[in-house]
Amino acid sequence: MRARRRAARFLPLTPAVVLLLLFLAGPIAYCVYIAFTDLQLTGQAHSSFVGLANFRRAFRDDAFLNAVWLTLVFTVLSSLVGQNTLGLALAALMKRASKPVRTFTGGVVITAWVLPEVVAGFLLYAFFRREGTLNAVLGWLHLPRQNWLFTLPVLAVSFANVWRGTAFSMLVYSAALDGIPAEITEAAEVDGAGGWRRMWHITLPMIRRSIGTNLMLNTLQTLSVFGLIWVMTRGGPGDRSQTLPLFMYEQAFQNSMIGYGTAVALLLLLVGSLFSAVYLRLLRTEV
Amino acid sequence: MARDRASRRLAADLSLLAVAGAFALPLVWVLLSAVDPHAGLRVRVPDGVTLDNFDAILTPEITYTPLLNSLVLCGGATALTVACAALAAYPLSRFRSRLNRPFLLTVLFATSLPITAIMVPVYALFVRVDLIDTLQGTVFFFAASQLPFAIWLTKNFMDGVPRELEEAAWTDGASALQSLVRIVLPLMGPGLAVVTVFSFVMMWGNFFVPFMLLLSPDRMPASVSINDFFGNRGMVAYGQLAAFSVIYSTPVILLYVLVARRLGGGFALGGAVKG
Repeated sequence: MRARRRAARFLPLTPAVVLLLLFLAGPIAYCVYIAFTDLQLTGQAHSSFVGLANFRRAFRDDAFLNAVWLTLVFTVLSSLVGQNTLGLALAALMKRASKPVRTFTGGVVITAWVLPEVVAGFLLYAFFRREGTLNAVLGWLHLPRQNWLFTLPVLAVSFANVWRGTAFSMLVYSAALDGIPAEITEAAEVDGAGGWRRMWHITLPMIRRSIGTNLMLNTLQTLSVFGLIWVMTRGGPGDRSQTLPLFMYEQAFQNSMIGYGTAVALLLLLVGSLFSAVYLRLLRTEV
Repeated sequence: MARDRASRRLAADLSLLAVAGAFALPLVWVLLSAVDPHAGLRVRVPDGVTLDNFDAILTPEITYTPLLNSLVLCGGATALTVACAALAAYPLSRFRSRLNRPFLLTVLFATSLPITAIMVPVYALFVRVDLIDTLQGTVFFFAASQLPFAIWLTKNFMDGVPRELEEAAWTDGASALQSLVRIVLPLMGPGLAVVTVFSFVMMWGNFFVPFMLLLSPDRMPASVSINDFFGNRGMVAYGQLAAFSVIYSTPVILLYVLVARRLGGGFALGGAVKG
C-alpha cells in the first residue's frame, strides 16, 4: 500500500517519459538499427542487414574523410579558438570597460546569437560575398580582396559560427569572472602581478571548470551546425565546406542512401555522446 | 594609480568598440538594406528611405502564412514542452527516490546530444509510421528534443521555491497536482517564463527539423520558407530579403529582451546553462 502510494507520486513524470521514449530514444535506437542495413530512399521492398559494410565503406570513402577533416577544422577554428577565446577576452574586457560600452557590446554580440540560424546565414553570406561588406572594408584599408566563399569557404563559415556563437561563451565567462572574489585580484595587484600574469596564474585556474563546461557545450553546438553552412555555401564549392552533417544529408537524400547516411549520423552521435559524457563528469558534483 | 586605471578603462573601451563594430556590420547591413530602394550586398547609406521592400513581402504567401505556421508549430511544441517539464520537475524536486539521480543524469546527457545527427533516422522513422509532413509529428519531435533541457531548467527553478507553503496545503488535503498548479507554479513565474521563452526561441530559429520533417510548401514555417524565398528571388531582391529577415527576427529579439530584463541582465540564460 505504502509502496504503491510512493510510486503514485511519480506519476506526473509519465507524459515526459513517454514523449522522450517515443520521439528521442526511439529514433536513436532506430538509428543504431538502420546504420547496419542498406536502406534506401525509394524503390526497395525491404532492406537487409549488411553488418559493418556501411562503416567499412565510410572509412574508404574520400568524401567522408574530407568531411571528417573539414568538421575538425571547423570545430577547432570556430569553437575552440574562436568562440572560446573571443568570449573570454570580451568577458575580461567588459569587467574593466565603462558601462555604456559594456552594454552596447553585449547587446550587439547577443543579438547575433539570438537571431534565427537562417537569418544569420544570410547576413554572413552577404558579408563574405565578393561584392559584400568585408571586401569593401578591405578595399578601404588597401588590403587584398578575395572571393571568400570561393577561395576560403571553411574559413568563412568558421567566422560565421564565431559571429553567431561567441555570445554564449561571453555569458558563461562573465558569470564565472563575477564569481572570483575581489580580494584575490586585489591582493595579486598589490603583489605587483601584471595583467597577463594575473590572467594566467589566478583567473584561468579559478575558472577552469567553466572553461571545461564551455568548451564541451561549444563543441557540441558546433558539431551539429547545419543551417548556417547550408545557407552560406550548401557545402560547396564542390565539397570544400561539407562538414559531417551536410555530408550525411547529401548521402541520405541526394544519393538516396539512408543506411549509409545513418551510419555517418551514428558516428557523429557517438562523438557527441563522448563529449556529452565528459561534460557530465565535469558537472558531477553539482547534480 | 587613478590615472593608470582610467587609461586601462580607455584601452578596454576601445578594444570592445572595435569588436562590437565588427560584429555590428552584418546587423547594420540588414537594417539599412531593408529600407534601401536599391539594396546591394554591402553596407552603405541608402539613397532614399522606402517601405517598398516591406510592401512587396507583406503578402499571405510570403510572410503571413509562414509566420502563422511558425507560431502554431513553435507555440504548440512550447506549450507541450513546458507542461511536460513542469509535471516532471515536480516529483523530481519534491520527493526523494533512488531513481532521481540516474534520471536527471540521463536528462542532462540528452540535453547535449547533437539533434542534427538523428534527423536522418527520424525522417526514415516518420515515413514508416506516417508522421512525415504532419504538424503533430513535427510538434511532438520538437517538444521531445527541447524537453531534456526544459526539465533540467524547470527542476532547478523549482528547487528554489520553499516547501513550507505546500506542506500547509497538503495538511489541508490538497493533492500534489493542486499544490503544483495553485502554489508552486505561480511562485516560479519568472523561471517558467525563462523556460517558455528559451524553448520558443530555440524552435523559432530552428531550420533543420522542419526542413526534414515537413514537405508541403503551405505547411512550412518561416525558417524554411525564407530559404526558398532566398533561393528563388533573394538573389536579386536583397532589399526584400532583408525586410523579411527583420520581420522574422523581431519576435525572438523582443522575447529575449523581455526575459533578460526581468532577470537582471543577459546573464540568466548563460548562468542557467552552466548548471
